[in-house]
Amino acid sequence: MRFSLLLAILGVLVAGLFALSLLIGPAGLTPARALAALIRGEGLAETLVMREIRLPRALLAVMVGASLGLAGAAMQGYLRNPLAEPGLIGVSGSAALGAVIALHTGLAAGFLLGLPLAALTGAGVAVGLILLLAGSGGGSITLILAGIAVSAMAGALTSLVLNLSPNPFAASEIMFWMMGSLADRSMLHVWTALPLMAVGWALLAALGRGLDALTLGEDAAATMGFSLVRMRLLLVGGTACVVGAGTAVAGAIGFVGLVVPHILRPLVGAQPSRLLAASALGGAAMVLCADIAVRLVLPERDLKLGVLTALVGAPLFLHLIYRTRKEGL
Amino acid sequence: MTGTPLLSLDAFSVARGPCDVVQDVTCAIGAGEFVGLIGPNGAGKTTLMRAALGLIPARGQSSLAVLDRAARARAVAWLPQQREIAWPISVENLVALGRSPHRAAGRPMSDADRAATVRAMARMGLDGFQARAANRLSGGEQARVLIARALAQDSPLLMADEPAAGLDPSSQISLMELFAAQAAEGQAVLASMHDLGLAARHCTRLLVLHRGRLVADGAPDTVLTPDLLATVFQITAHYARGADGPIFQPLGVIR
Repeated sequence: MRFSLLLAILGVLVAGLFALSLLIGPAGLTPARALAALIRGEGLAETLVMREIRLPRALLAVMVGASLGLAGAAMQGYLRNPLAEPGLIGVSGSAALGAVIALHTGLAAGFLLGLPLAALTGAGVAVGLILLLAGSGGGSITLILAGIAVSAMAGALTSLVLNLSPNPFAASEIMFWMMGSLADRSMLHVWTALPLMAVGWALLAALGRGLDALTLGEDAAATMGFSLVRMRLLLVGGTACVVGAGTAVAGAIGFVGLVVPHILRPLVGAQPSRLLAASALGGAAMVLCADIAVRLVLPERDLKLGVLTALVGAPLFLHLIYRTRKEGL
Repeated sequence: MTGTPLLSLDAFSVARGPCDVVQDVTCAIGAGEFVGLIGPNGAGKTTLMRAALGLIPARGQSSLAVLDRAARARAVAWLPQQREIAWPISVENLVALGRSPHRAAGRPMSDADRAATVRAMARMGLDGFQARAANRLSGGEQARVLIARALAQDSPLLMADEPAAGLDPSSQISLMELFAAQAAEGQAVLASMHDLGLAARHCTRLLVLHRGRLVADGAPDTVLTPDLLATVFQITAHYARGADGPIFQPLGVIR
C-alpha cells in the first residue's frame, strides 16, 4: 500500500538524519567511538558529549519538527486553507513573549527552566484568550481573527520589552533567542517538553477523521457525526501544547509547519488524516536536516535554526506557489 | 406516508436576530416520499432544513435535532448548497467519506462500506472517475460526486439544499428520477428547489414556505394553484397534465 510505504520511507529518513545528527559536532568523534560512548558509556568526556549535548539536541529536533509538522497539517486541515500554520492562533508569539520577559527580567539566568516555564505560561495565557474568544461558538473565521489579535498583541508586547531593554546586550540576547536554536540544550529540556508534546500529539492525532469530513465543509462534517466544537478544542489545545512546548525549548522556528504539509499533501492523495502522520515525520526530518546544516555551514558563527528554516522554507514555498499556479488551481 | 415519520417538526420556529425567519412549522415526512421544499428567495428554506438537522438553534420540536450526533448521521444525510471540496482528494475517497458514520474510529472500510461506495458512485454515473481529484472536476461533476457521498451515507432520509442548481438538463432530470427512485424504494428525500417544473413533475409532495410560514402542503397539483403562485411567487403559470405527466411552465411576473 502506498501510504504505508511513504510512512516507511519518511521513518527511515528521520532515523538516518537522527543518527547523522548524533555523529556531527565539534568534538570530532569517530562514529564508532560516538556510538560506543552513547550506548555503553565508554569514555567520560565522550559520554558527556553524546548523552548530554548531542542526544538532547537530536531528540529535540525530532520532537520540535514532528510537533510543527503535525500542528501545521492539523491547522491547514481544520481551516481548509493551505496557508494556515501553527503560529496562526498566536501561541508561538505568546510563548516567545513569555520567554522574552524571562530573559529581560533575569528569570532565565536565574534557573535553567526559567525560560521554558515562562514561555509555557505565555502559551497558556494565549490559549485562554483564544478559547474565550473562539472556544465554543463561531466558525473558523472567528478562530483566525482571534489568533491574529493575540499574535498582534504578543508581538507588540515583545517589541515593548525589546524597546525597554536596559542595554544592547540584553536586546541582542533576546533577538538571538527569537531566531530559534537547538544548541546547548540539555536532557532537562527534553523532559520538560516531552510530556506536554505527547499530550498535544494525542489531541491532534484524534482529529484525523474529522478533518477528512471537514473537506466537505462544516455543515457536512457536522451531519456526518463530527462535533465542530470538540474539534476546535482538540485543535487549539493540541497546537498550544506542542507549539508552546516547542517554542519554550527551541524558540520560534518558522516555515516548517507551513511548508511540510504542502510538500507532502500530493503524496498522501491530499487526505487530511493521512497528512497528519506524514507531516509529523516530514517535520522531524526537516528540522533535523536544518539543525545538521547550521552545524555544517557556518559552525563558528552559530547560525540560528529558525533563520535557516525560513531561508530554505520561503523559496521552497514560492516554488510551490508557482507550481500550484501553473496547475491552474 | 406509512409507519413512523423519518422527520417530524412540531411548532418549529427559528429566530435569526429579533425576528423569526421560520415560524411555527408543523409537518412530517415518511418513507416513500420525495418532498420538494419550494418558496421564493429568503423564504427560509435553508434555515428550516439546517435547524431541523440541529445545526442552528430553534424552538419547538424536530425529531432529528434531538438525536445524538452519531445517531443523526445514520438517520439523515445532508447535502449543503455550498459545494465545498477543500482538497484534491480522489473521487473514490470523497464518496467513501459518506461511510464515516458507519465506521468506528480507526477501523478500516468494511466490505459493506466498499459496496455502498461503489453503488453510490455507479448511481451517479461516476464510474471511471474514481481516481480523479474531486476539486478539479467541473461544477456539475462535483455536484454529482457530492450527491454520491450523501447516497453512500445510506440513511433513510436524504435532505438536500438546491441539489439541482447548476446541473445541465439531463443531469437535473436524472437527479430527480434518482430521488424519486430512492423514495420508491422506501427511503425519503426532502429537497429545496427553485425549478417548479421539475418539482411538479417529480416530487410526490410539495411544501411551500412563504416568509417563514408553511402555507401549503400536499401533492403538486393541489399545491400549485394560480392563487398560491400569485401570492407566494408573484407569477402566473401554465399547469397541465400531459400524456407523460404534469407540465408546469411559469409564464409571467405579476407586478
